[in-house]
Amino acid sequence: MIRFLEVTKIFPRAGAALEEVSFYIPKGEFVFLTGHSGSGKTTTLKLIHMAERPTRGEVRVTGFSSLKTPRRDVWKVRRRVGFVFQDFRLLPGRTALENVAFALEVTGAPKGEIRPRAQRLLAQVGLAAKAGASPEELSGGEQQRVAIARALASDPLVLLADEPTGNLDERATRGIMDLFWELHARGMGVVMATHDLDLVRQYPKARVMELAQGRLVYDSRPGE
Amino acid sequence: MARIFSEAVAGFRRAPLLTGLSVLMVALAFLVLALFGLVAHNLQAAVSQLEERVEVVVYLREDARPAEVSAALEALRTMPGVEGVRHVTKDEALERALRELPEIAEVSSDLEVNPFPASLEVRFQAGRRDTETVKRVAEAAASLPGVEEVRYGREWVERLFFLRRVAGLAALVLGVSFGAVAALIMATAIRLAVLARRDEIYVMQLVGARDAYIRSPFLLEGAVVGTAGALLALGLSWGLYVGLSRFLFRLEWLPAVWSLGGVLAGALFGLLASALALQRQLRRL
Ligand SMILES: Nc1ncnc2c1ncn2[C@@H]1O[C@H](COP(=O)(O)OP(=O)(O)O)[C@@H](O)[C@H]1O
Ligand SMILES: [Mg+2]
Repeated sequence: MIRFLEVTKIFPRAGAALEEVSFYIPKGEFVFLTGHSGSGKTTTLKLIHMAERPTRGEVRVTGFSSLKTPRRDVWKVRRRVGFVFQDFRLLPGRTALENVAFALEVTGAPKGEIRPRAQRLLAQVGLAAKAGASPEELSGGEQQRVAIARALASDPLVLLADEPTGNLDERATRGIMDLFWELHARGMGVVMATHDLDLVRQYPKARVMELAQGRLVYDSRPGE
Repeated sequence: MARIFSEAVAGFRRAPLLTGLSVLMVALAFLVLALFGLVAHNLQAAVSQLEERVEVVVYLREDARPAEVSAALEALRTMPGVEGVRHVTKDEALERALRELPEIAEVSSDLEVNPFPASLEVRFQAGRRDTETVKRVAEAAASLPGVEEVRYGREWVERLFFLRRVAGLAALVLGVSFGAVAALIMATAIRLAVLARRDEIYVMQLVGARDAYIRSPFLLEGAVVGTAGALLALGLSWGLYVGLSRFLFRLEWLPAVWSLGGVLAGALFGLLASALALQRQLRRL
């Protein structure tokens, strides 16, 4: 599903963000990506999303290789890999429903299906009642739910989440984590970057990979 | 399709000044090209008309003997490339002059003698009207007995060709300069349009919209700007053409294929200019 083969990522001025990182994540796995700030978590997620390309090594995602996928084909990867962020990145001035509908629309969903599907996605993240609210009128946890619904629009195989609970209080965090586990229980893979080890400890069934200064220093379930 | 169109329209609304400027610059670039086209087309017509009339005129001396004249006539007639030779006597020359320039009549009636020389007019076969052939015949004619002077109009044709080349070069330089400025302004317009929609484009890329989907409204906008510019240029040059034809000299309008090709080129230019600008802008997001 997701495979890193001796991946090194060097940023021109900042130096190596990742060094010789190799791992495999099978379909449907729940993974915590941990490490201090600057250890390379975001870079790892961006490489999976093909927003960045490795300097050396190879990244393989759902059949697409970083070495063989041209820029114009990256959208195919994006539809199989959802992405949510700490800061949600919703479009202001659009309602929750419109934010989700936008993702459906721009990925070519048939016009007649957009609205009902957006509503169904909002219901799936427990936000059916707030469909008409704009991001400014929603709490952080609710905004993150909209972002998750948007990420699910193209029916991805795996959800990447970069510190998704970083801006949320304890209750909202639990809500989002419950949602992730629910999705995971239905077969969705989740790769969640977080530096919050207390949170990680609450989910002992998840796989934990720890980065330190760009190197993979711990893997609770190394496998192949 | 409706989306592409409405977003392109929104693009115009967002930056009407810049869009207008883009159209104007494209129009300027294409106006230069259209004017050159007008010049080239009319010169071409003039040149081919003149070409038909290319001839060598061999003026005969006052004291040329009839035997010398007929020998010259025969010699010229058999030269390669020559189609025919016509003998114009002094009387005929005078008659012709009177017909073409009636003012001469007043002067000539006072004259005791006919000032016009007799001549031999050499016409050339089609396809043999090149400088080389004409020159060879003219030089041979000059050395024939009884010949005073040889003139030929080939220089004019050469000059017209030269003029056309110079005009072409000038049009190219000007057209390319204006075209480059137009492309730059369009790039600025695209940059603003992309910036204005930065958040949406970001989300589109995030969730996996195809590049073509993201680009098409901008490309359409570029094509429309290019087409509008070319049409404006066509209108302006039509106005210029009408004015010139009415007040200066008769001109022929551009062939329809040229006008059509120009408008298509305008659309293509706009499309390419925005594609190029987009390439850079989208990569930066
Ligand atoms: N676009 C970038 N340009 C330059 N350096 C970067 C860029 N992205 C990340 N880095 C550097 O790479 C290292 C890892 O960053 P990141 O992957 O964001 O870590 P984390 O998400 O674990 O905090 C850091 O030193 C950071 O400064
Ligand atoms: Mg990070």
